[in-house]
Amino acid sequence: MIAFILQRLLQSVAVLFAVGLIAFSMFRFAGDPVNQIVGVDTPAAERIAIRKDLGLDDPVAVQFLRYAGNVARGEFGTSYQFRQPVAALLAERMPATLELALCATLFALTVGIGMGVYCALRRETWLAKLFLAISLVGISLPTFLIGILLIFLFSVTLGWLPSFGRGDTVRLGWWTTGFLTASGLRALILPSVTLGLFQMTLIMRLVRAEMLEVLRTDYIRFARARGLTTRSIHFGHALKNTLVPVITIAGLQLGSVIAFSIITETVFQWPGMGLLFVQAVQNVDIPIMAAYLLLVAAIFVTINLTVDILYTIVDPRLRLSAGRAR
Amino acid sequence: MLQSRIRALVSTVGLVAGLGLGAGLGLGAATPALAANVFRFAFQGDIKSLDPYSLKESFTIGMHGAVYDSLITRDKDLKLVPMLAESWEVPEPTRWRFHLRKNVKFHDGSDFTADDVIFSANRVRAPGSNFTTNVPADSEWVKIDDHTVDMVLKTPNPIAAYQFSTWYIMSKSWAEKNGAVAPTLPSALSTSYAALHENGTGPFLVTEHQPGVRTVFKKNPNYWATVESNLDEAVFTTIQNDATRVAALLTGEVDWIDPVPLQDAQRVNGSGTATVMAGPELRTIFLGMDQSRDELKDSDVKGKNPFKDIRVREAFYRAIDEETIAKRVMRGQAVPSALLIAPVLYPRAAEFKRPDYDPKRAKALLTEAGYPNGFSLGMDCPNDRYVNDEAICQAVVSMLARVGVKVNLNSQPKAKYFAKVLAPSYDTSFYLVGWTPSSQDSHNILFEIAGCRSGAKAGRGNWNLGNYCNPKVDALADQVERETDETKRNAEIKDGFDQIQADWGFIPLHQQALAWGVSKKVTLVQRPDNMLMLYWVSKKP
Repeated sequence: MIAFILQRLLQSVAVLFAVGLIAFSMFRFAGDPVNQIVGVDTPAAERIAIRKDLGLDDPVAVQFLRYAGNVARGEFGTSYQFRQPVAALLAERMPATLELALCATLFALTVGIGMGVYCALRRETWLAKLFLAISLVGISLPTFLIGILLIFLFSVTLGWLPSFGRGDTVRLGWWTTGFLTASGLRALILPSVTLGLFQMTLIMRLVRAEMLEVLRTDYIRFARARGLTTRSIHFGHALKNTLVPVITIAGLQLGSVIAFSIITETVFQWPGMGLLFVQAVQNVDIPIMAAYLLLVAAIFVTINLTVDILYTIVDPRLRLSAGRAR
Repeated sequence: MLQSRIRALVSTVGLVAGLGLGAGLGLGAATPALAANVFRFAFQGDIKSLDPYSLKESFTIGMHGAVYDSLITRDKDLKLVPMLAESWEVPEPTRWRFHLRKNVKFHDGSDFTADDVIFSANRVRAPGSNFTTNVPADSEWVKIDDHTVDMVLKTPNPIAAYQFSTWYIMSKSWAEKNGAVAPTLPSALSTSYAALHENGTGPFLVTEHQPGVRTVFKKNPNYWATVESNLDEAVFTTIQNDATRVAALLTGEVDWIDPVPLQDAQRVNGSGTATVMAGPELRTIFLGMDQSRDELKDSDVKGKNPFKDIRVREAFYRAIDEETIAKRVMRGQAVPSALLIAPVLYPRAAEFKRPDYDPKRAKALLTEAGYPNGFSLGMDCPNDRYVNDEAICQAVVSMLARVGVKVNLNSQPKAKYFAKVLAPSYDTSFYLVGWTPSSQDSHNILFEIAGCRSGAKAGRGNWNLGNYCNPKVDALADQVERETDETKRNAEIKDGFDQIQADWGFIPLHQQALAWGVSKKVTLVQRPDNMLMLYWVSKKP
């Protein structure tokens, strides 16, 4: 078991290394950071000196190895545009992204499961058909368009909800939260719906299909034969068995919700890590881009690692084969 | 307290329920405790650093101007007027004497004296500063007494103080105490105190600064002058996305946005709550041609450079219909320009007229030059730097196609574009650039844009990407630099601009219009340098 985990950990490090390498080989296509740092009338000689100071003239391999060495020592560098440590910038932006991801996932789960169950149980009703139609929209419309449509409807036309930002936040140690103020909660709604809509439709369709499957199984028929109430059959037996794959998917999707919040954060000017990344790309702020990509890779790797470990605990067969491999 | 908890709970339930969106939350609409009069405003970019020598960018400079004062400032019409220097005189051509205002205090309570001016003059010219050209490099600063200071120059310079309005005065003792004596180098590994804190003498204090997110300004109750603004507080947010920024203005969440995208101007004006405030900007958009390489890059003409032929340059100029670009591409939000400098910055600008659009003549000139069927070449263009920059280039491409010139357009984000076209490679045959002379003076154009890139004098031709080169223009630029008689100086400038036009050296297009979205509750001043000065902003409470 320990050998299995160690092996997986080593693989994870290799994945991170590969992500870093690919990222670094692409940065030189992003443009020249120096122009974003200096004003227009900075003499050419000074620009060249800055390039040299930042080590941008070195070959990509040298730049990458230097960066990898720094990261190994826990040093993520200094942002070119803000001239502040990247780690501190990311830490400051992380609560916003995580709170948004959490709310989006909660929204996707509750609404997705609710609508999925309804569609499975009342297949022929017009409401079920409407839900399916909505899910089609959720899957096919791009995120930025959904976001802008929501802003147009709920902010500009109806005037109910704010169109940008996080509202007022409360600082708890290093964490800032929008959960404790009314304006913070109001500000969470539109971005959460925008970000969670795709996951919601996914979960809804999954629940519907699984539920229909489960309702056809023998033990549900036996349950009916035993004379249990429909309510307890549907929610006590059928739904419970439907949820196993749903939870797996939702867990795995959490990574992509965090990683792909970039677009939602840009549309709503949500001060999270994704927005920081987009700004960094425009300004060719290599330290921020590199650290963000590594962080996202680390999140995916951690989730996958956890899932792998959980599987071995749940499924003895995996444990056995791992033992044999040793 | 309990009530707000319940409200929060209601909101959470509303959130989880998802579909019951607005209903439960209407309750939570209570606004936080507000200061009396708050101005909220959003710009597409950030205020990255509070250090006033960190980044030469109009919006940032304007924001620093709310917090810091300069010796001399520019008024609503861009005229130089006293600020921290009550008066100044030039007793001899190389000596400028500044009489400093008394009883001015920095935000930390310390007194403003000549030592702070001398300290700032050195700091602004130190490595890492983005404003090194604001104070003449060869000037020496001498303290006469606590409130008199001399600037001693090596050579006479009539425009020595032209850039003083964006050179803000910092406190010597504060900088020394907080380790901020020198500006931060781009390669520095530590954060500068001055980047996150301020200590100016200006009419506003910064009480909160989250780079890239939000900055809060509060009125300075101890300011030395009376301020036109009636604001108690101003809250700045970045809103990068065009649609979101416009939405925030329309909902009244912010009172000012910049820029309003051209296509949204009508919607803003039709909203009833806000208007688009448009005015000509100082920036001139122009096209340049590579006149230095012996063989043009990315062209089917081999062994020679067509742009070395004056007839080809004239043909290009005459083939481009700037009126149509201003009317169609810019939707009327641009003023065609005959010069590389905005008319407000040069008193004799009205004497220049843009040569007529004349495709027939262009075609004839090309034939005469030996290109009856035109030729092909590459063009470089940014796509996220100026208003509709890429669309302007596309229009130019199709206009040139009508006279037989095939242009392969390469539009790129600014980060890529400038890396290609700027020094050291100057890798371009035909390009679009926008330029605002930072001194707000024509000498800057004759020197940096149209000066020969020979390297004989540092900085000359720095932004002359196509290396248009005429020694007569260089000689005139040197005369203009020294000339103290204004009439003579303006005549020399005119000679310079005439020479550039006679050579068909550049193709000036237009001054793009500013497009600020302003709430009807707000009154403010829009200066053509595109700086929002908070001390001129007032809001109906």
